[in-house]
Amino acid sequence: MLGFPENSVARLHEYQGKTLLKQHGLEIPPGSVIRTPAEAAEICETLGGRVVIKIQAWVTGRKALGGVQFADSAEEAESAASVMLGMQFGHFPVQELLVEACVPIKHELFVSLTIDDAGRSPLLLLDCAGGSGIEDRAAGVARIPISVRDGIAPDAVKKVLLESDIPDEYHDGIVSAIVQIAETARDVEARSLEVNPLVVLEDGRVLAADCRITIDDYAVFRHPELGIEIARELDHPATMLERIAYKVEQDDHRGTFYFAQLPIEGHESSKGLVGFHGAGGGGSMMSMDAVSNEGFTLANFCDTSGNPSAAKVYRAARIILSQKGLQGYFGSGSGVASQEQFHSAYGLAKAFNEVGLSLPAVIRLGGNAEDRAVDILEDACRDLPATVEGYRKDDTPAFCAGRFTSLVQEDKGPHTSSDLQRAIPEWVGDQAEAFPIEGGHVWINTEACDAELTAKMIEWSSGLLRDDGSGAPELAVDEEEALKADSEFIACEIECLRAGRPVLFVDLPIEGIDQSAAAEGDA
Amino acid sequence: MAIIIDETKKVMIQGITGREGRARTRLMREFGTNVVGGCTPGKGGQEVEGIAVHDKVSEVIEATGGVDVSVVFVPARLVKSAAVEAIEAGVKLVMLVPDRVPLWDAMAIAECAAEHGAEFIGPNTLGVISPGRAVLGMIGGRAESARQWFNEPIKGRTVGVISRSGGMSSSCGYYLSRAGLGISTICHVGGDSVLGLTFPEVALKFQDDPETDAIVLFGEIGGSMEERLADLMASGKITKPVVAYIGGKAAKEGTRFSHAGAIIEGDRGTHAGKVKALTAAGAVVVDGFGDLPDAALSVFATKTSS
Repeated sequence: MLGFPENSVARLHEYQGKTLLKQHGLEIPPGSVIRTPAEAAEICETLGGRVVIKIQAWVTGRKALGGVQFADSAEEAESAASVMLGMQFGHFPVQELLVEACVPIKHELFVSLTIDDAGRSPLLLLDCAGGSGIEDRAAGVARIPISVRDGIAPDAVKKVLLESDIPDEYHDGIVSAIVQIAETARDVEARSLEVNPLVVLEDGRVLAADCRITIDDYAVFRHPELGIEIARELDHPATMLERIAYKVEQDDHRGTFYFAQLPIEGHESSKGLVGFHGAGGGGSMMSMDAVSNEGFTLANFCDTSGNPSAAKVYRAARIILSQKGLQGYFGSGSGVASQEQFHSAYGLAKAFNEVGLSLPAVIRLGGNAEDRAVDILEDACRDLPATVEGYRKDDTPAFCAGRFTSLVQEDKGPHTSSDLQRAIPEWVGDQAEAFPIEGGHVWINTEACDAELTAKMIEWSSGLLRDDGSGAPELAVDEEEALKADSEFIACEIECLRAGRPVLFVDLPIEGIDQSAAAEGDA
Repeated sequence: MAIIIDETKKVMIQGITGREGRARTRLMREFGTNVVGGCTPGKGGQEVEGIAVHDKVSEVIEATGGVDVSVVFVPARLVKSAAVEAIEAGVKLVMLVPDRVPLWDAMAIAECAAEHGAEFIGPNTLGVISPGRAVLGMIGGRAESARQWFNEPIKGRTVGVISRSGGMSSSCGYYLSRAGLGISTICHVGGDSVLGLTFPEVALKFQDDPETDAIVLFGEIGGSMEERLADLMASGKITKPVVAYIGGKAAKEGTRFSHAGAIIEGDRGTHAGKVKALTAAGAVVVDGFGDLPDAALSVFATKTSS
């Protein structure tokens, strides 16, 4: 382990990237990462002389934002650090600074390894005049393809250097630094690795003065040494809800679940904040565009797809609803889903009922079995304070987004219910029957059941329940088989609710948001 | 005609004994695909859906007298070795269905394919379907739905569809069919950053296909394939009408939006840049996805009147 903080996403900080480069033999300026102003003073003292202090945050143009400061004394370092540690960019609070000795620079080079989708290979961008103003000189930047198997060809790098103003005596040092950069990228399976600048000192040494690395999140499983907890590419460290969501996905691999919070600055001047729930990558993005076109601000991006279980859709909805200040809930996917849509409808209906939803919700459920899905969702939500509308594949995203706008505008509130808090039936606890399913329990209020209802519950649970002989339901299969049957039991819960007989409750506490029902009952 | 797949192509399945491999083999055959063999290491001698299972790709080739396409259904971390095995055994088209294939593995496959003159589709592709003929992968879900949703080619008003989204491949096919257009082939190129066939290569195949009259694209932010297709149009290599929708207008820079390839990096891969490049090259780019069928129809209206 490299001792990186636990909340790492698939994007590394400058100091982390430099640590990796150093392991591959590349020199970096002397320095250290710090988390308090006192530490800044201490490191400055140890290094002696002028130091540069840099915020460790994924923002572009750190310098212009005041994220790069110089100090000549421990006092200066401490006061600069105390200001910088209080900075916040969107979801990104600055928690770490890199304090480094200033080095006497002779030449600066721009070195960036990216993945070239056209060439289907890694590509090294090299500019021997340094990185400042690189955007305006794009045409003059050398592009050197890299072989995945054989690495970068040193001769190709040398050829570029020979055409530059950099004296020959420095070439070998630069070439070996670039070879080390390419090796680092391959070893950690980087999606991009930028050293801007790579510097040549007056004494001829070659150093990486900055470093940005993004790891391929699909390869994170092969790199436990990087300590990446959230294998996701975000522009900020994972938020609490993103961490909770990531845990949900890791615990349940049936279907995809992707959740990211978006920057919401300026949302006050929009039509409002929207909890967004997509299905399928492209369909989600298209639906996001449709609701944005109506003038709303999206609080989050979310995608549950690939035939997700009802429990997964339920948890996604709960996490979305845990965001503060929402004006409504908009769900839409490709619109022509090949998966049967009623599992999603059951999952959403469960989440909306548990929190007593008061926000308007528009859900486009187009795809196989869409009529049944829309009927389930609308009927199960008929008694909620919120208006919940379901739509089909022949309703366009733009139409659904328009409908959503109308509902939000008609909505008089009040949004009194905290959408974070789920309601658990009061009979859940000692007297009720319970058996475990993955991530929770199924509770049945057998005292409120009768033979007629039990017969229906057998059907609604796809035969996982049976009559115990006295007219009450009991588990018909062994507990092992029941474990993965969350979709069937959630279906049964919602059908009981629709029949006006809520006697079954699937308790699926979300770690970080809920306690289990039994624990809440005791409290 | 159609591109990439039709009922005459001999298809094999790698990972045929797995859950996905088994289920998809059945669905592909139900739709008309000529599945001739399959393999799973260590499972040679078994049968799936009446198809003989071998240990290796080379054994399938020997037993069947050669295959045109291999469709790979193995766990993501094993995709590289499966693809390389197929390419080295001489298969000229490999489809990589799995999601979450590491990027450097995809690039290694690309290097191997280039050396052997082979093509691949994916990773992370739902597949390719030629309505009325055959399907590779899992596009359309059930064979029955696929038949209901997608029209077969209609003379003089047939489109080829290329999409970066699996779900939207089906959506495009459905809405275009409902608007009365025929479909030659729908190709989902995959959602990842590094892919085998991309928009330009697939569009060139549609350009050469006499049955395809126009090309419909579902593009996305990130990468350069929309811009590269625009270059082909500008240089006269693609002359058939192109109608496009580009998803991700509301996306912010630096965050990935579920498809690995859908990320804006700096000023590269933006929605505005793609719309501009395609529009300048003569494509019809619609702002709302719901406008795609009408835009496609209008292309034919102009053609007839001119």
